[in-house]
Amino acid sequence: MSVGFVMLCHTAFDRAAQVARHWSRQGCPVVIHVDRRVKAATYRKFTRDLAGEADIRFAPRFACEWGTWGLVAATQAAAELMLRDFPQVSHVCLASGSCLPLRPVSELAAYLAARPGTDFIESVTTEDVGWTVGGLNIERFTLRFPFSWRKNRRLFDDYVRLQRRVGFRRRIPAGLAPHLGSQWWCLTRESLTAILQHPRRAEFDRYFQRVWIPDESYFQTLVRLVSTRIESRSLTLHKFDFQGKPHIFYDDHLQLLRKSDCFVARKVWPQADRLYRAFLSPHAGAQQAAEPNPGKIDRLFARAVERRTKGRAGLYMQSRFPNPAWENAMSAAPYSVFQGFSDLFENFETWLGKAAGVRVHGHLFAPARVEFAGGDTSYNGALSDSAALRDYNPRSFLTNLLWNTRGERQCFQYGPADSQKILPFLMRDPQAQISVITGAWAVPLFRASLDFPEIRKEAARLQKIEAAQVDLLRLPAVKARLRIWSLAEFVEDPMTPLQDILDEINPRAGRRLTEAPRMADLAGFGQFLQNLRNQGMQPVLMGDFPAGDDPRPTTTRRGRPYLVK
Amino acid sequence: MGILSTYGLRLARKRWRIRAFRKRRELAPMVSRVGDIRPGAILLFSTLRNEKIRLPYFLQYYRALGINHFLIVDNGSDDGSREYLAEQPDVSLWTTGASYKRARFGVDWLNWLQMRHGHGHWTLVVDPDEFFVYPFCDTRPLRALTDWLDASSIKSFPAMLLDMYPRGPISAQPYREGQDPFEIASWFDSGNYAITRNSRYGNLWIQGGPRARVFFPDLPERAPALNKIPLVKWHRDYAYVSSTHMLLPRGLNLVYDEWGGEKASGVLLHAKFIDTFAAKAEEEMTRGQHYAASHEYRAYRDGLQASPDLWCKWSEKYINWRQLEILGLMSKGNWA
Repeated sequence: MSVGFVMLCHTAFDRAAQVARHWSRQGCPVVIHVDRRVKAATYRKFTRDLAGEADIRFAPRFACEWGTWGLVAATQAAAELMLRDFPQVSHVCLASGSCLPLRPVSELAAYLAARPGTDFIESVTTEDVGWTVGGLNIERFTLRFPFSWRKNRRLFDDYVRLQRRVGFRRRIPAGLAPHLGSQWWCLTRESLTAILQHPRRAEFDRYFQRVWIPDESYFQTLVRLVSTRIESRSLTLHKFDFQGKPHIFYDDHLQLLRKSDCFVARKVWPQADRLYRAFLSPHAGAQQAAEPNPGKIDRLFARAVERRTKGRAGLYMQSRFPNPAWENAMSAAPYSVFQGFSDLFENFETWLGKAAGVRVHGHLFAPARVEFAGGDTSYNGALSDSAALRDYNPRSFLTNLLWNTRGERQCFQYGPADSQKILPFLMRDPQAQISVITGAWAVPLFRASLDFPEIRKEAARLQKIEAAQVDLLRLPAVKARLRIWSLAEFVEDPMTPLQDILDEINPRAGRRLTEAPRMADLAGFGQFLQNLRNQGMQPVLMGDFPAGDDPRPTTTRRGRPYLVK
Repeated sequence: MGILSTYGLRLARKRWRIRAFRKRRELAPMVSRVGDIRPGAILLFSTLRNEKIRLPYFLQYYRALGINHFLIVDNGSDDGSREYLAEQPDVSLWTTGASYKRARFGVDWLNWLQMRHGHGHWTLVVDPDEFFVYPFCDTRPLRALTDWLDASSIKSFPAMLLDMYPRGPISAQPYREGQDPFEIASWFDSGNYAITRNSRYGNLWIQGGPRARVFFPDLPERAPALNKIPLVKWHRDYAYVSSTHMLLPRGLNLVYDEWGGEKASGVLLHAKFIDTFAAKAEEEMTRGQHYAASHEYRAYRDGLQASPDLWCKWSEKYINWRQLEILGLMSKGNWA
């Protein structure tokens, strides 16, 4: 008993010849089908190349356009030739010209002999298929496809749509349950004979001639009628990418292919010299009875598909620039934005760094320069502290910073005095944790020794900006995790909000705060606000600070601050 | 995109092609071996002036990648570049003494040569100081990439310009002819690139890197563009619009994914900043043949006088393409 190979070739004939010779010299008959569209001279050269080999035959040629009946007709003719000319063949494997045997044929024969009467063919009902291109499953069997998908995509799609609208359906021959699966199978002589000599073959052929991509359904469907034992998997290692075209193997896949223990791989780049040398040498293979195990290769290709379809979260680069709302995470990692905290607390940045174990920057969007942590003039990824560069594209600046520092949580201060162009991005980003103490900008003004008219002017400016900010942050489009307190609200009970924020940054730490940051001395702040009022300004954002009544943190717990989202 | 602006772009493309056709008369063939170009050959197009010292490594690098033929325009070299190139068996050489600036910095000349000789071929357009790096370039030849692009029906492949620089003053380490320039200029900026979309042409506009950081910290809009699409399966109707930054028809500029995924991309390592740079900058300043009144070179000269070192403590040292892919500067896309 032996295994026979039917090879469908249309290009890279040197390699096909090499593989055919390899198989036939190990005692496996090979029947080769060459696409009719291949030039006569090329075909002649190919047949001349293989002329000396006893167990190689050439099958009658059919034109094999992708997705059409020609491929099935070619397979049928070649398989008939195989069964007629080589009575010793007990199994027939369908392969292509770009297949590469990874293990000696003797191991394949032993594997098949240990599972007698078994057909290895992927065969899945149309309801359970998830891989089909173009979304056509059962409709492959019930519609007509007179137009080429490759050449006349428009007509193809329009005609499908028209048939759907009209409600046209072809009748599936009685007794057939449509199945789909990989084109590369390995059938027993008995099953293959039964399919090819089926009393209703003429009827089936007529039907399948109008089915779309019959090479993925003809044998897969008919084998269900004749086989006694089906293993629904392919012995050929082949993977499809997200467009439904096969992944290709190169020299650098050598070790992966070796360890896969598969029998045949498809498809191999014709110029992968190292692969062909390694697997077609007479000494190749020593694994004995190992079960095929393509897990690693599966993962490699699954990752590639994921990279192509989902990409790396938060990365903006020359070949990934998602439209808004398609980013799959607008930034690379969660981060925290604090507004007013460093105004109210004297040592907020150092305190936060210690308490939460995170990187705390100053005002990244300060008007004069970028205040990186530690006062650096440049940062991860060689980001510059130039305010002009940052403001030229603040979104790129921030997403770059978060991408460059992934793995370490970033926190930064923000405020009404900073560049405001980044705010729409911050509010839309679910990764942003924004905590705002409104009116806290008044504290440094209160403690500054400036002329009062100047202070009044600055206070009016900041209040106007912050009021606009707060309006923006209350829009329904806000996706950030947002907390807002007025200054009066916050100073009454600072510990609870701080604890909440830290718990969110570090959910598993479960530590209670032991050390609070040092709050600025607010004695006289109420009077300061009253002075502003007396000058004709109306400070509202800081909440209620009665003049003369100095706020003092109390220990009584009030209700939690509201949390949006 | 309305019908009017689409039509406007069509007219623009025709104009660039007619311009290239007219500029053909400025090119005098010196050595033509274009008869050796076989169907399917991968072609490299370049225009240069006085780059003799770079050429041996440049040719060696691209021959190793699998370039089959070089088509080069020599713009009045007097340092032996022309004679050297004329001797090479796989180089076709044109010479011209015409204005680089008025040929839109060489684009017209190369558009013409590509129209004439590039049709149906994969064409790579690079300067002599640009070195193409793509996914798996250490194990797979360029042909593997172009075969894969063909199979995936992709017609253009992006490679952003990555400025490489040495540690210490640029002129500290002399470059020897034939040497790998990245033995000297082995550092780069890994994550300070600003990206916007150009709505007219559909391409991305990338700026940043050491040039923006050191030379243009106060005028970021003047920092040079780094986005490039150097590898294209050429058709005679195509035209580069400005350097290799963008092409027409504009579909060729859509080399980035807009729905969250990553397309495959490479990088052009830019070996501009080696010791030959100071002399080059001085020469280009006096010739005034560069973009926007050579303000770029003026900024370089002033910047280098103030701070001759592009290196900073966050600079990355170049290892290989995998490092660039991990850093997010290029991507394997779904090529595995």
